[in-house]
This record gives sequence, C-alpha cells and structure tokens, in this order.
Amino acid sequence: MNSSISASPGKPRLTTSAMIASIAAEGQKTKPAPFGHALVELARSRPEVVGLTADLGKYTDLHIFAKEFPDRYYQMGMAEQLLYGAASGMAAEGFMPFATTYAVFASRRAYDFIHQTIAEEDRNVKIVCALPGLTSGYGPSHQAAEDLALFRAMPNMTVIDPCDAHEIEQIVPAIAAHHGPVYMRLLRGQVPLVLDQYNYRFKLGKASLIRDGREVLIISSGIMTMRALEAAKELASDGVDAAVLHVPTIKPLDHEAILREAGKPARLVVVAENHTVIGGLGEAVAAFLMRSGVHPTFRQIALPDEFLAAGALPTLHDRYGISTAEVARQIKGWLR
Amino acid sequence: MSTNTLVTAPTLLQRARNIRRNALRMGEVQGQGYIAQALDISDVLAVAYFHGMRYRPEEPTWEDRDRFLLSNGHYAIALYAALIEAGIIPEAELETYGFDESRLPMSGMASYTPGMEMSGGSLGLGLSIAVGMGLGLKRKGSKSRVFTLFSDGELDEGSKWEAMMSAAHHKLDNLIAIIDVNNQQADGPSKQMMGFEPLVEKLEAFGWFVRRVDGNDLDAVVAAFDAASSHTEPQPRVIVADTLMGKGVPFLEQREKNHFIRVEAHEWKLALAELDAGDRS
Repeated sequence: MNSSISASPGKPRLTTSAMIASIAAEGQKTKPAPFGHALVELARSRPEVVGLTADLGKYTDLHIFAKEFPDRYYQMGMAEQLLYGAASGMAAEGFMPFATTYAVFASRRAYDFIHQTIAEEDRNVKIVCALPGLTSGYGPSHQAAEDLALFRAMPNMTVIDPCDAHEIEQIVPAIAAHHGPVYMRLLRGQVPLVLDQYNYRFKLGKASLIRDGREVLIISSGIMTMRALEAAKELASDGVDAAVLHVPTIKPLDHEAILREAGKPARLVVVAENHTVIGGLGEAVAAFLMRSGVHPTFRQIALPDEFLAAGALPTLHDRYGISTAEVARQIKGWLR
Repeated sequence: MSTNTLVTAPTLLQRARNIRRNALRMGEVQGQGYIAQALDISDVLAVAYFHGMRYRPEEPTWEDRDRFLLSNGHYAIALYAALIEAGIIPEAELETYGFDESRLPMSGMASYTPGMEMSGGSLGLGLSIAVGMGLGLKRKGSKSRVFTLFSDGELDEGSKWEAMMSAAHHKLDNLIAIIDVNNQQADGPSKQMMGFEPLVEKLEAFGWFVRRVDGNDLDAVVAAFDAASSHTEPQPRVIVADTLMGKGVPFLEQREKNHFIRVEAHEWKLALAELDAGDRS
C-alpha cells in the first residue's frame, strides 16, 4: 500500500497525525463539540437522560455532559458489549441512555448486544458513535466503513448520518422525541458548520433539497453532503448545474423526496456516501428506485469494498474518491 | 415473596414439584423441550418465586417488583412453569407452548410473555442488562432488586466477565446472580468445554459475595437466598447452584447426559408418574 504514497515533488507529504484527525478543511467555519452541548441542553429539561460510554467519553464529546451532570454519567470501562447491555437495562427502568463509543466498536463488536437487548426489545437507547466511515486515518481498526449497512439491516433501528454541527444540534432533541433505538453517526471535536448557511432544519425521516440543479442530482448523507455542496460550486464554475438532496436519515428512508427528485427526467443521479459501496445509502436508493420503476442513469460515490489504508485523511479521501475534487472530477467524467 | 401469601400456602417442596409438573406437561405438548434443564432448576425457581422475590402476580410490571432476567433463554420452559405456578401466566396457556401465536415461545423473549424481562437465547446477555437495571434502580432510589439466572456454559462468554467486573465496580448490592452449574453444554460437559473452576474463588476475586450450594437441596437454596439478601456489604451477590439434570425423574436423571435430551412420546406420562411417585415416597 505504502509504495504508492511516495512524496511527489513540490507537494508536502502528509502524515496520519492522530486517530481522530479533524475533517474540517483549513479555514473552514467550525463549532466545538455540538453533540456534547446539545445533550446538556436536552438533559436540563429531560431528567431521564443519562450518558454512558466505554472509555471514550472525551473522544465522543460526552465529557461535556459528564462535567455538567456528573451523577448522570456512567463510565462503563472499555467494554462495549456491557455498555449496550447496560444501556438496555437502564432504558428498561425508564431512562434514556445516550451510549457512546466509536462506530467500529458499536457496529462490529457489540452488534449482537445491540440487536438482542436494544433493537429486539425496542429499548429507548440512543447509540451515538464517533469516527463513522472514513474519518480516521488510523486504519481498518478505526474505520467504520460498513456501520450503516449493519445498522440498516437491524429491525426497529433508526439510522442517522449527520452532515455538520448545525445538524447535530438539531438531531439530539429530535431523536429524544422519538421513542425507540437510534444509531447516530457522530462528528466530534471541531465540527464543520455548513448547513446554517442554507436555512436548513433537520426533520427525522426527511430528506432536504439543499440546492437545485438541472443536470445532476447528488443524493448524499453525512459529510458527503458538505463535499457535494462544495463540488456543486466547482461544477457550476465549469457550467454544470448540480442539485444536492441531503438524506440524513438513512432509515427510514424518505421515499417520497427521493422519488420526487430522482423521478425528474434527464438528470444523472449520483449517490455520495462516506461508507462502503455495499449496503449503504447508494444501494438503498438504487433498490428503492428499481422497485418504483424509476431508472435514471445512476452512479455511486462510495468507499471501495476493501480494507482501507492508513494515512492522512486528505490523502485517503482523494484516493478513495470522496474528496471535493474527486467528487467533482468523477461527475464531470460521467457527464462527458 | 408474593404479597398475597396465604396461611395455607403450599410448601416449597410442593411448589418445586408443581413447577416440574408444568414443565413436563409443556414438554409433552410439544414432544420436546429443554426438560432436563427445567427439572434441574425447578428448586431454585421455587425458592426465587415463593421465598426470595417480591412481585404481584396480577401486575407483572409492578414498579416495586424484583426483576428476574432469564439469560439462558432456552430455560424458558422452566421459567414459564414457574410463572404459571406463581399465577402470572394462566395454567391453560401451558397447552400453547411452542405453537404458532403462543405467548410461550421455545426461547424466552421479553415482548411475548408476561414476567419475561429480557430476550435471551443469545447466551451471555443477561448480566450486562442486570448491571444497567441495577444502576437504574439505584438512580430511582428503588428498593427493588435484580435477579438474573444464567448457566455455567455462559461463563465462556467474555461479556459475562465484563459485567462481573462492572457490577462490583459499581457496588451493585441490588444484584443477585444465580449460576446453574449442571455441567452440560451443547458439545459436552461444561468443564471440558472451557474449565471455569475454581468458580467461588474467581467470583470472590472479582469482588462478589458468593454462596455455593446444592441447587437441588431446597433448604440449602433458601439459606443461600437469605444470605444473599441479608448481606450488608456494598457488593453484588451470586448463588452458584450445583444441579442435577433431569432432577426428580429418576429415569431422566440417569439418561445419557446431553444438552438436549431425547424423550420418547410415551415417556412424558411415565416421567409425570415418576415425579408423582417420588413426591409420595
């Protein structure tokens, strides 16, 4: 793998830096720890809210809640199966646990516990997980490329992939108002602020057309909506008019909005997701459109079905086609 | 203890016999079931439901009840038998065991059955849920306790030991675990699958109050429940119950030991007869 990352002249060679490198571009507007602050806000009026973590309180922004409500914060140790089993037990006693870890550990290590003790019993547990998709350069151990596929396949589970800080702040009270298990991908630390410029409001289960355009429809979730919006600007300067439909709720999918937008004639439909090409938003949209008898020209921007490399995030996002430049380049190629 | 105990209430011996009868009758209805396990754990369940636990038969979700988490979901036939004896499930429902649309599926599931507080079957889940319930009850200031039953085979699951450490770490003195040591797993004797002895020393080293008893000796089981209840140190409690598969039905006690023992169609009546004969002797 590393042989392909030789330094090219004039271009600084990047390093992996840290497990939790920021996904914010240099100079981008950000907001610190939106989940932690929103949870504190929520907890002020909802005494049943408790916070649980498996030795990753600081790295999931739950430390902010812990500081404000120390007696409502439960450190469960580095034991993810216990974390979600115990969260189920607390929910059975009437509490609303927000239980955090990294996406890889919830989806891969604790899957059966979440399946059986939370989803099957329809417990009111909010599973909030950092490092979704490819947001760590640390290698496959910390890259949750398949989390959406796994949680989509689980009955009763609501699955959410937020774009930015503005959206995360709104998701927290929205999922609290929904009784039942929720898996929410988390962006933590200095989180990009994007959607505030678009007058955006999050509604559970609803997609939102952030930008309209005649030639291309990009359907995206999570950080790929941020990338799609940037790519759309780049495409516009090349005379390509791209729409962006943001789909933060992966399950249940907003069929109506997808049908309305993808059903418009003569647009290339591209689904962009920070997730393996298997089993995520792209395949969900494709299957739904097939079932509905709508057959646009369809392309996917997603992570490949392979173990991803370690490295600096900008390098990896370029390599795997999810950087702004790569999104724009691929779309231009498909339009040719 | 049930809140409507009568002066003429049956003895624990009779309760245990009735639980065994209920289990055998369900086995007969379906022609199969984890009957050897049900027979081995009937004495423990009799003590739990007629000596150790607080509950209201007419109100299975009564807030102040003691919780009972059946981690080994395949023991559902045994718990249904106890729930019927406790008046939580009507006796007539016994005829529906394992049939389509029944509230009594083969493996215990929380959403199906009154008095079933978790969905077991995938082994190793119960103690983690119990930790969360124990924390939740303390947070509410509740005096209720969490009982959880699991099997020696479940000790193979790493998650059990996560929960053991956690229960002690959080000083869950409202948690009482019961381990059924019948030394039988799917592939053979538990101790040959993955050695778990010395169990008492292990559990004590993990910070638990431990009582190990003959799980088919009612007096000993009562004493263990009492010791676990009256213990005053801020630590979780565990009763290790050594049991005999098929207990109470001599020809099943002697049957070749298997996780899922075969009982021929004509043998169910015979088993009930042996149970009754044993009770009269």
